[in-house]
Amino acid sequence: MRPEPSILHIDLDAFYAAVEQRDKPSLRGKPVIVGGLGARGVVSTASYEARAFGVHSAMSMAEARSRCPHAAFLTGRFDAYRRISRAVMAILRELSPLVEPLSLDEAFVDLRESELARFDVESITEVMRALKAAVHETSGGVYGSVGVASSKLVAKIASDLDKPDGLVVVPPGTEQDLLRPMQVTVIPGVGPATAERLRRVGVHTVEELERISETELTRLIGSAQGQSLYRLCRADDDRPVVSERESKSVSVEDTFDTDLVDRSILQAIVSRHSQKVCERLRKAKLSGRTITVKVRLYDFSTHTRSATLAGPTDDPRVVARMARRLVSEVDTSAGVRLLGVGVSGLADWIQDDLFGYADSEEDEADAPADETVDAAGHVVRKWRPGMDVVHARHGPGWVWGSGLGRVTVRFETAESAPGAVRTFAADDPDLSSAPRPPDPDADDETRSP
Amino acid sequence: MKFRVERDALADAVAWAARSLPVRPSVPVLAGLMVETGTEGLVLSGFDYETSTRVTVPAEVADEGRALVSGRLLADICRSLPAKPVDFATDGVKVSLTCGSARFSLQTMPVEDYPNLPDMPHSSGTVPSELFATAVSQAVTAAGRDDMLPVLTGIRVEIDGSAMALLATDRFRLSLRELEWSPEQPDVTATALVPARVLADTAKSLTSGTEVTIALAGTGTGEGIIGFEGQVGGGSRRTTTRLLDGEFPKVRSLFPSESTTVARVDTATLVESVKRVSLVAERNTPVRLSFEEGVVTLEAGSGDEAQASESLEAAIEGEPIAIGFNPTYLLDGLGAIDAPVAHLSFTQPTRPAALAPAADLDADPDLDFRYLLMPVRLQG
Repeated sequence: MRPEPSILHIDLDAFYAAVEQRDKPSLRGKPVIVGGLGARGVVSTASYEARAFGVHSAMSMAEARSRCPHAAFLTGRFDAYRRISRAVMAILRELSPLVEPLSLDEAFVDLRESELARFDVESITEVMRALKAAVHETSGGVYGSVGVASSKLVAKIASDLDKPDGLVVVPPGTEQDLLRPMQVTVIPGVGPATAERLRRVGVHTVEELERISETELTRLIGSAQGQSLYRLCRADDDRPVVSERESKSVSVEDTFDTDLVDRSILQAIVSRHSQKVCERLRKAKLSGRTITVKVRLYDFSTHTRSATLAGPTDDPRVVARMARRLVSEVDTSAGVRLLGVGVSGLADWIQDDLFGYADSEEDEADAPADETVDAAGHVVRKWRPGMDVVHARHGPGWVWGSGLGRVTVRFETAESAPGAVRTFAADDPDLSSAPRPPDPDADDETRSP
Repeated sequence: MKFRVERDALADAVAWAARSLPVRPSVPVLAGLMVETGTEGLVLSGFDYETSTRVTVPAEVADEGRALVSGRLLADICRSLPAKPVDFATDGVKVSLTCGSARFSLQTMPVEDYPNLPDMPHSSGTVPSELFATAVSQAVTAAGRDDMLPVLTGIRVEIDGSAMALLATDRFRLSLRELEWSPEQPDVTATALVPARVLADTAKSLTSGTEVTIALAGTGTGEGIIGFEGQVGGGSRRTTTRLLDGEFPKVRSLFPSESTTVARVDTATLVESVKRVSLVAERNTPVRLSFEEGVVTLEAGSGDEAQASESLEAAIEGEPIAIGFNPTYLLDGLGAIDAPVAHLSFTQPTRPAALAPAADLDADPDLDFRYLLMPVRLQG
């Protein structure tokens, strides 16, 4: 715990839903639910209007539909979210070079590394107001809730206190007073199971938790978690802000506009992903020995398969060969929605091959199949609710709904007024998905800690 | 069928012939060992459609005939018999085996279901058995074990007149052993890709005779087979095996023609040191060797984990170099050179290193055996 409030936590409010409302003027002020719309889909984000009906993230989509049937149900547009997230992170980095992004919509910032000289509550509050305004402006209307405190634990709790559009700076010395009346579940790591164990010994609030001795706590919930909880409930948290956590895996994945069935297309995508993964490994001067593929089928069921090589590699041919074999172990005949290739078991050395990169048999096999991917994307067109489209005559808009050979589009953009709704045949040649705006590094990179 | 045979000769012959029988045969008769008597005495043979074995043993034959019995069971029995003559006799569908006061009665399998063994091709030439066994054991060090790359699980045998070369590689290292042999035709040229495991087993088991006859049929690929025959304990042992299909990579050109650093190190000392240092190299993380000014320094492990280092004397010529290896591959090579001094030559830390035996720290390398080793590329 630091003597001054110098750790900032920012959480963008209902981020995905807010981006949708920004880009779809007709949805502003209305309940919007973003998530998987299939049979097993879950809610990623619900706008505050939808939350009023009891919809929250991680709820099953079926339950969300029954609670809030009149909401707009949209699949995510991750390209857009990523673009805005990157812009927000850039603003945070202007404030301080030490930023630890936790996800697209959440980050810690170490203000000690900033040029701020004064850490009294008033000065910090003023800086945060400016920051929030900059975030709102840059993101085109998304609000962020900010907490500043002397530790990560309290900063994160503080950012949640005044949501949405919140700003809480916790004065040093008052951290424990803040925590004490709260439920124990406010502390990260205390989930339903731990909370239940604590409840059985009469502990509901942080204050009650503080009265439990360390010995008893470790006996109750195990030594590792017990020790950490003993400290955290006293607001005793020294975890530093780390800008780049050491990555333990490198992976690339892609969700498709259309469920893919053709094996040769899938195999070509696996090769392309393997190439990207290896480029990334090389850039980071890494290699890996465990290859994992992730296949999400049409029904949202997700399958992963992995295999470990004799030694680490950064050779795309080796990764691709193994990944293709792993994908072929999954029954993909009913259609694939998402395909990912990852490498873990990272090392900083590679056992090269005496024969070098001489054999190029696989690289040649890839090229023609790649073209078919694009072609196939147009054969059976699938219009996902929420996706950006362009009509030759009516201009840009988004898919409002589709089915029975028709697609309904609302023609509006972030800059326009709420627009009109028109319905077309699903194979209308004038209608196409909107081109992705150019973005220097818009690859679907995921690095899991 | 009825015969009497010496216990030790029988036990050796059965053990040898039964060794290559399949553990899980595709058809039950392939688990059998054919026991046959004729003019050659006792003949035992086994076959799994890839590899055949045939061994003759001197025996007093009373009645000629043949029977197919479980090879594994017969081997187990023969191994534990007392040191007395062994009597075999067919008894209806059973075979009785008597040795001293021990008696066994074994089920037989239908002889007519058993496949014919491939014919031994005509002799191509002979090679001293000890030399051949050593040469094969050196070559096999680098052979691949990955069934996904079947070509690399073979040893390529190249014959050019009286010169024979054995080559193997698993992509990460390469061994090349050259030796002299006595071909039937002085101008013969041939190549064959022989399953490495079979070749190594066979060469080792034929060392009791003075020479091994090698018989090669076919063009070297495809349907070809190769046979090996040697004399052991008054009888002969013969193995045939099907050659592997596929194109063995062109590897001879991988040996660098010149080097910028040459080091000579006492082999035993280096082996001990690599073993010690690589105790901290989990999962074959590399061992790093730096050669500079008469000293080779070995290091392994990383900052996050345990580390080890050790320095040894070495005769070094040329540029200093630091290079990393998979410790297992390095140890395999040092074990295979079979010489008091290891002669190592390098060009760059990312290029293959060559290893050869040498008699002492001043001697030129003996290039009959060469081992090429791809270094580990250190990214950090």
